[in-house]
Amino acid sequence: MTHLEQLPPSVAIIVAVLVAVGSVLTLIGALGLIRLGNFYDRLHAPTLGTSWGAGGILLGSVIMFSTLGSRLVVPELFLGLMMLVTTPVTLMVLGRAALHRDRAEGRIPHDPSGPAG
Amino acid sequence: MTMVPHPLVSFVIAVLWLILTGVTPGQMVLAVLVGLVAGAAFGKLTAERVRVRRPGLMLLLVGRVFLDIIRSNYQVAGLILTDARGRRRRSGFVRITLDLTNRNALAMLAIIITSTPGTAWIELDPDDNGLLLHVFDLKHDQDWSRVIKTRYEPLLMEIFR
Repeated sequence: MTHLEQLPPSVAIIVAVLVAVGSVLTLIGALGLIRLGNFYDRLHAPTLGTSWGAGGILLGSVIMFSTLGSRLVVPELFLGLMMLVTTPVTLMVLGRAALHRDRAEGRIPHDPSGPAG
Repeated sequence: MTMVPHPLVSFVIAVLWLILTGVTPGQMVLAVLVGLVAGAAFGKLTAERVRVRRPGLMLLLVGRVFLDIIRSNYQVAGLILTDARGRRRRSGFVRITLDLTNRNALAMLAIIITSTPGTAWIELDPDDNGLLLHVFDLKHDQDWSRVIKTRYEPLLMEIFR
């Protein structure tokens, strides 16, 4: 815990809040994955983790290590960028697969009033 | 074919390489090589050049998306906790006909839509450029087709024109 001793309290609080918000959002996303009723709804839950879930934790990390001045903060930005760029790929594959299955089975969800659940 | 068909792509990849490996003279040579090869490979995949016309607008777009993502994170998290079974909300599909045709701009829009909780990009119909979205909460949420049409699409068209 050598890092924490060097960290000014004000910065420590900001970092703690960001990391807490990030992990809580990720947890809620995971919870949603269990609780939500249908496949398309469940597609939305993990995006909590990939947007501000990851964002909060990474931002906390950026602030902490740039305050400590121990290293460059760029790897976090790179991580965030990669998460942003790669999540749509899997999400689209999953969404399209579900849509393809629904269409093949005659449940075409084009109507905006859509499947109730 | 020039030596560097995609300068922007090559440059970004070279910078990422240096970030991952650390900046030493040897790695700098490698980074340039990797950037050139990756740029050439990307050129084989697509003929369309990545050209950002208005970098300033890009910042505006990033700022906008940043705020929207915060708001929708909050909304979706709340809904998952209070109304997971969907008694008071209704999810469903929305279809929007896009005017955007540039593939890089569409990729950007896909990133924006998927990273915003509450909306999922499902399919883009190549026949009429119709985008099928799934929206988590149709009842309380903002009108997503209007948001995309007015907030994102004009900016993206301007940036990647």
